[in-house]
Amino acid sequence: MGRKDIGLLMLVLTVGAVVALINPRFLSAVNLANTANLIGLFGLFSIAEAFVIVTAGIELSVGSVIALLGVLFVDMVAQGVPWPVAALIVLALGAVIGLTHGWLITRLRLQPFVVTLCGLLIYRGIARFYTNDGTAGFTFGSHFPTLEYLTTGRTAGVPHSVVAFVIVAAGAWYLLHRTVFGRHLFAVGKNEEAARYSGINTSRVIVLAYILCAVLTALAAIFFAMYTRSVQPSSHGNFYELYAIAAAVLGGFSLRGGEGSIIGVCLGVVLLQELQNLVNLLGIPSSLNFAVMGSVILIGVIADTQFERFRTARRQAATRAAVDATSAKG
Amino acid sequence: MTHDPITLTLSGITKIYPGAVALDSVELGIRGGEVVGLVGENGAGKSTLMKVLGGTITADAGRITIDGVSHAALTPAQAAALGIAFVHQELNPFTNLDVAGNVLLGREIRRGRLGRIDRRAMSRKVAGILETLGTRFGPDDPVLGLSLADQQMIEIAKALSMDARLIILDEPTSSLTLSETERLLQVVCDLRARGAAVLFITHRLSEIEAVADRVVGLRDGRNAGGLPRDDITRDAMVRLMIGRDVKRVCQPLDHAPGKPVLEARGIRTEAFPERDVDLTLHGGEILGLAGLVGAGRSELARVLFGIDGARGGTITVNGHPLARQSVAEAIAAGVCLVPEDRKGQGLLLDFPICDNIALPSLSRLAPGGRLRPRAETALAEASRERLHIKASNLRRAVAELSGGNQQKVVLAKWLAMDPKVLIFDEPTRGIDVGSKAEVYALMRALADRGVAILMISSDMEEVIGVSDRVAVMCRGRIAGTLDRAKVSEEAILHLAVE
Repeated sequence: MGRKDIGLLMLVLTVGAVVALINPRFLSAVNLANTANLIGLFGLFSIAEAFVIVTAGIELSVGSVIALLGVLFVDMVAQGVPWPVAALIVLALGAVIGLTHGWLITRLRLQPFVVTLCGLLIYRGIARFYTNDGTAGFTFGSHFPTLEYLTTGRTAGVPHSVVAFVIVAAGAWYLLHRTVFGRHLFAVGKNEEAARYSGINTSRVIVLAYILCAVLTALAAIFFAMYTRSVQPSSHGNFYELYAIAAAVLGGFSLRGGEGSIIGVCLGVVLLQELQNLVNLLGIPSSLNFAVMGSVILIGVIADTQFERFRTARRQAATRAAVDATSAKG
Repeated sequence: MTHDPITLTLSGITKIYPGAVALDSVELGIRGGEVVGLVGENGAGKSTLMKVLGGTITADAGRITIDGVSHAALTPAQAAALGIAFVHQELNPFTNLDVAGNVLLGREIRRGRLGRIDRRAMSRKVAGILETLGTRFGPDDPVLGLSLADQQMIEIAKALSMDARLIILDEPTSSLTLSETERLLQVVCDLRARGAAVLFITHRLSEIEAVADRVVGLRDGRNAGGLPRDDITRDAMVRLMIGRDVKRVCQPLDHAPGKPVLEARGIRTEAFPERDVDLTLHGGEILGLAGLVGAGRSELARVLFGIDGARGGTITVNGHPLARQSVAEAIAAGVCLVPEDRKGQGLLLDFPICDNIALPSLSRLAPGGRLRPRAETALAEASRERLHIKASNLRRAVAELSGGNQQKVVLAKWLAMDPKVLIFDEPTRGIDVGSKAEVYALMRALADRGVAILMISSDMEEVIGVSDRVAVMCRGRIAGTLDRAKVSEEAILHLAVE
């Protein structure tokens, strides 16, 4: 764990302790399980976003992809397509979306912001058109025991969304921090040109990052669709991309690329859900929800940059002192 | 502001940078109705002197006297107000504006209380200027699509619109065709006839022969003498530029070079699509690639390394052709590049030293794609030993190292790949004398082990002192290749200038 991760963990624990002290209901089994479920769901696509942000890119279509693929998944399953087939189709569509974004960004040299902003509008529009702006849902009384068990069931009280989140997080941690591909992601995000001069196929790395992001988002879409059981395409997943970006930034990812850790983004997700909970449990008007989240992120980022400046200044002073000492000797 | 001819004298101009004297008591005078050619090698101090004159840098000593008024330094605004205008080598027109908008940029004619831009008045004013220049385009034409020569004319029109009395042309013809150059030289003569002073900086000595009234030479930041009108010849100018004491800084090759390793045939770069480059690099030799800035040397290096695609030609390494023109392919074939821009291209500055060294070697150090930190550390430790990298901790960011040690890290990256061809682009730019000697010794040691080395350098001392053979580029082609016995500053310069 890096220094930033430990700092964030402290913050998570502190906020948790404060909320628990003020309102003991925070620690009730029901509340913990509900919060954990949300952490799992939001964690899946926040990790997805992190893979794109580390390459100095951005993916703004996360929420719309969750809506579109959610609609398609629910509709396919409701129409009688076996759910494993439907799930594979949805994941494959995610891969196609990621491939398209990556291709537009690397081959046609479009800006990631523009490409994925258009994606945000396009997928939302298609989702609403597909259902005639109606709600996609299962027919009354229909059940899919295996699917429901896998996505919304619990094992020993732990929601399966959390299990999925932990598995994905562990895999993502390994991929980003322990493999050559992960090292290349950081290198491309830090300085694409230098990465190219080191023999890295930078376009391929970037395209893979967008594919990975979209496939994980597709997985999140399935979990969300099963959680809500009916998908209202005009509102389902709204603002989720911003939520994911916020979690990544809280977790130490720089929008300039090349920085961040999976542990950080996971803690970021936890902190955001904690804050949501805090708003609910402390009786703060829920309309202030976003304002609280925004303020905490802003304060966190300011504190982080100030610490960083302080550390850099101290390091430079130390280097200067060392240089002075050697030159005085010589 | 006066319209009388200018009288300008620079005296005792000195500019010292940490570790280098850029200008040492330089004298230069010019008056209205005169064209002065300024000649000197790369790094002789021409640009620095012009920056002092333009007010973008301040000299440490010396006076600038204009029309009898002495200044210690000028600000850019002062220089402009006194009628000094620059026409730069790099053109950056605003292609979203029309010609008049570019010429009068920042000095738009306004009218009315809201300060609305008066396009018609601007157009009229610029039309008058363009007429005197005899351009083929008008004030309302879009800039997009104009040739480089026409863009240059816009720069000159801009200077005239400011009532410039001294116009400084910095390599104005480097990208122009022959007929465009002739037109520009005609404009220079017209300007002189109108009483303006023109300071003409160029590596194309024939142009100076054609228009200059006087030549001033700079060498190593000092005055190297001058030539009056009647004595201006190509040979005399080359003599002004050279004359440095150059000694070998590196042991010469003591055996015959090996067989050809890298062969490039008919390479055409994006920058010079109609020039073919042929180059053969032998194992065990250091081939110096000399030439003036902008001759196309770095472009060639980038093509050889697969960064840029070639417009044509073939590259073979030990007889195997490089087909896909990608960096990965070049590296796999054993071709590595130590780039010119160390901080932007050579290194990931915020990454640990260790990670930088290991980056290209990861496919070998991390079988199956799983990182093996211990293997990476071992490699970095071995590199530190071998190259004497002065770093207390290999986990620290490479940005914290000195320039010389950073360059060693770049080298370490490639040495770990066991290169067959190593291309250095300006290998010792911005590094200290001690590290320079180490880099040279290392180049020789690698060559002795059979590596073919191509060294691009604008430092004459380095080219002559280190190379076994020198190829000289000029305007995108190899103007000639000199064996060691024939290598001299004079011979190189004769090939490098046109």
